[in-house]
Amino acid sequence: MKKTNKDITRRDFLKVAGAGAVVSVAALAGCRPAGTISAQGGEAGDIPTDQMTYRTNPHSGDRVSLLGYGCMRWPLRRNEAGEQEIDQETVNDLVDYALAHGVNYFDTAPVYVRGWSEAATGNALSRHPRDSYFVATKASNPRGPFDLEGCKAMYRQSMDFLKVDYLDYYLLHNVGSSIESFHERFVENGFLDFLIAEKAAGRIRNLGWSFHGNPEVFDYVLAFRDIQWDFCQIQLNYQDWQYPIGASVAAKYLYDELVKKNVPVVIMEPLLGGRLARVPAGAQALMRGLHPQDTPAKWAFRYAGTPESVLTVLSGMVYMEHLQENLRTFAPMEPMNEAEYAILDDVSDILANADYIQCTTCEYCMPCPYGLDIPQVFAHYNKCVGEGQVLHSSGDEGYRAARRAFLVGYDRSVPKLRQANRCIQCEQCLPKCPQGIKIPTEMERVDAYAEKLRQKLQF
Amino acid sequence: MLRKIRITLAWVLFILAILLVLDFSGALHLWLGWVAKVQLVPAVLAGSALSLIFVGLLTLLFGRLYCSVLCPLGIMQDGISYLSGRRKGKKARFRYSKELKSLRWILLVIVVAAIIFSSIGNHPILTVSLLDPWANFGRIAQNIFAPLWRGGNNLLAWVAERMDSYAFHSVDVYIKSGIAFGVALVWLVGIAVLAWWKGRVYCNSICPVGTFLGLLSRFPLMRISIDESKCTKCGVCEKKCKSECINSKKGTIDRSRCVVCFDCLDACNFGAVKFRIGSPVVVGIGTADEKETKELEDGVKELEKELSGLENTIETAMKKKRGMNRRNFFSIAALAAAASPAAVKAQQVDRILLQVDGGLTDLIDKKRPVRKSPIVPPGAQSARNMQKHCVACQLCVAACPNNVLVPSSKLETLMQPEMTYERGYCRPECVECSEVCPAGAILKITPAEKSAISVGNAFWIEGNCVVNRDNVPCTECERHCPTKAITLVPRDPADPRSLKVPAIDNTLCIGCGTCENLCPSNPYSAIYVEGNVTHHTV
Repeated sequence: MKKTNKDITRRDFLKVAGAGAVVSVAALAGCRPAGTISAQGGEAGDIPTDQMTYRTNPHSGDRVSLLGYGCMRWPLRRNEAGEQEIDQETVNDLVDYALAHGVNYFDTAPVYVRGWSEAATGNALSRHPRDSYFVATKASNPRGPFDLEGCKAMYRQSMDFLKVDYLDYYLLHNVGSSIESFHERFVENGFLDFLIAEKAAGRIRNLGWSFHGNPEVFDYVLAFRDIQWDFCQIQLNYQDWQYPIGASVAAKYLYDELVKKNVPVVIMEPLLGGRLARVPAGAQALMRGLHPQDTPAKWAFRYAGTPESVLTVLSGMVYMEHLQENLRTFAPMEPMNEAEYAILDDVSDILANADYIQCTTCEYCMPCPYGLDIPQVFAHYNKCVGEGQVLHSSGDEGYRAARRAFLVGYDRSVPKLRQANRCIQCEQCLPKCPQGIKIPTEMERVDAYAEKLRQKLQF
Repeated sequence: MLRKIRITLAWVLFILAILLVLDFSGALHLWLGWVAKVQLVPAVLAGSALSLIFVGLLTLLFGRLYCSVLCPLGIMQDGISYLSGRRKGKKARFRYSKELKSLRWILLVIVVAAIIFSSIGNHPILTVSLLDPWANFGRIAQNIFAPLWRGGNNLLAWVAERMDSYAFHSVDVYIKSGIAFGVALVWLVGIAVLAWWKGRVYCNSICPVGTFLGLLSRFPLMRISIDESKCTKCGVCEKKCKSECINSKKGTIDRSRCVVCFDCLDACNFGAVKFRIGSPVVVGIGTADEKETKELEDGVKELEKELSGLENTIETAMKKKRGMNRRNFFSIAALAAAASPAAVKAQQVDRILLQVDGGLTDLIDKKRPVRKSPIVPPGAQSARNMQKHCVACQLCVAACPNNVLVPSSKLETLMQPEMTYERGYCRPECVECSEVCPAGAILKITPAEKSAISVGNAFWIEGNCVVNRDNVPCTECERHCPTKAITLVPRDPADPRSLKVPAIDNTLCIGCGTCENLCPSNPYSAIYVEGNVTHHTV
């Protein structure tokens, strides 16, 4: 499985050229001689097709691009009936462009994008040679099915949707809430045994798991029956490394344990659902002081990609601009140095003291049966925190502007009937949040803040 | 010069009046409230001595200047008439016409009678609200102009959103009552047609305010008069008179219809038409006045005879109307039908039953419950007070930022405001409606006072409650109640750990509708408010 850009067929090249036309500005920038910057532009820099950083999986020998494509947030559009659906043409363009620029790892799951992700990913990938990409999908049964037949059906359906007869990477999805749940989902029903047999038969090339939750469960599964796991997917970013906020486990601990067991690491949430891409002004100033042109996202990606045992860093790229920006970061990726680590220590202090709700907009909690748009409510709040618009007291400077920005922005980003005051505290979302956010409590907090502003109360 | 001052004042007042109705930010209400409060009929209903004295003095001093610079409906007609006059060959389209005495007087008497009957009895004042010019202006502005204004605002908000500006925000645009909209539209079209055709014919034949002020304006201190020594009887003043009250042949002016617009002053090429202190020195004026007075006295005598009979007719008509109202005209679907199917349906796209991530639950719009007794806003004191004072000008409906006030559809309170909570609830910081009401129907209150005024009582509908329907815990109404009138009690009294349902303390409930609006049960809430006939403090 050697995949370099020299292997790109003429057909692929033409497709890429087509995709490139979609992003004319960047494409034009790409036509400029490397390194020229003038008053006319050209600051964006080239996107090389042959500079991607790769890491090798010691178990399968796979040469995996350090930038992995997370397929949890494919672009949506409205069809003629007014219903939402996947924008397949755009997905195709993104996948073509990613492959042409060296990205070869695609991570999906049966539950992503309301269950549409696997099919959309399969549609796009199946237009390319099977050996030009690695596809990862998951056993997404935290809420069932638990019986072996149901689990097998889910597994086979993934292959159908992805239009493949073998899976490169298969994960036990979202392990970590409890040892009992792990047993119920994979052990007692014999599903794990089935998957091990499938691996032996060559239909699964790498077997691993993704982790959210309690470190005891992590230790337990890592050591379970002395299975040599081929990879493990964890949340890693500079905020979660040593002193995570909320329910996350210190990524340093997870990473060190995996290295000890020779398990390559797949990184999810390198940006904490985009939160590390929008940092408060103070943090921005620190980062830009060293690299005026580098975005906070680039810092976060480089942080996640630097450790040697990291196989790939997943990013859910919805827009071509995201993909291009990330390609600039990873082709090639420059490892972090000590001076940069020192700055990120300070940045993470600033973030820890900010008022963020630790939502990564994964939408596992959705749909809320009472109509709330939970990720949007939190996203609006976090956006205001990031912009320094959340007030600590009604006497703060800029109270009027911040009040207006919060309330008007709130109504714009979340319809009134989906706002925090509609949360009835039924707590059905609580077990679904992989970040362990106490959603109803946070909803009350956001609503209390909004109410204070609406009523112009002193606080 | 006088004419230009008049036009400038009229423009200013019209813009202020229309801003008062259209402004939904609440920023202008306190500053512009006087525009509504100076209007005659609301001032009469509010018993506002200051406004009455002001309007009375103004008219005694200068004639019906009120109609030209204070009445927005009159100004609107001037505008339409002006446009009509811009047509080719229509520059001088008026000529003296006789006063429609009977019509004017009958309508005035009807309105006066309605106000008297409603103040001593419990008669609806629908006739007043249908004929009052301010009420008609308010309805036209709120129902026809406001949606356009708000639509324009939403367009700006759309642009602002794309420019990352918070200067504009979207507001809801919808027709709050078909009846009020229909009445406003009919009146707008009717008045526009009349003004296009014959200038101030509405003001001088139908408008009861015009007729009443016409009584006071017969001998004003300052008056328009024709100096017969200079007059050449060319008749240009008559052709320019949109009130059609100048008889150039006889050299007389019917000051009961003259709205003091000064058009004739500017029109006269010989300086014969003057605005000056009434003086017998001016030849011709005195005789004209005497002549007219005699005519008038005869007319009044005739009319008085007719009207004494009319009063009886009105009363019987009203009694009839009230009888009809006992029937519930607008019985909406029964609440019992409210047990709606759970809206919760995760989208299943897989062949395998998997609970997938993402997506949104469909929203179901709330429907209006049947309220046995309507809710009137805090400050209205009682349903009766509202019914007696409100001219249905819709100013409060336009001012309500929470979409709570809507025009009533019941005949006895037609187009008067009532509260309903499908689109919002009566928020604690808001007293906008009480700040704008010109007619004393909603008296001025402060947010602190409002927090203790009970306008209604909440009732729980057991079968709609999601605790019973979906078997989930829910604390929505209890947490949001501003007066802590709701306590949660175990559903099963024998089991203190069973799911909890609301219990309402009627002595604390103020009927603000927070619980009803936020209740997750749709389309009918599991908790709803019935109005208090008389408000009280908690």
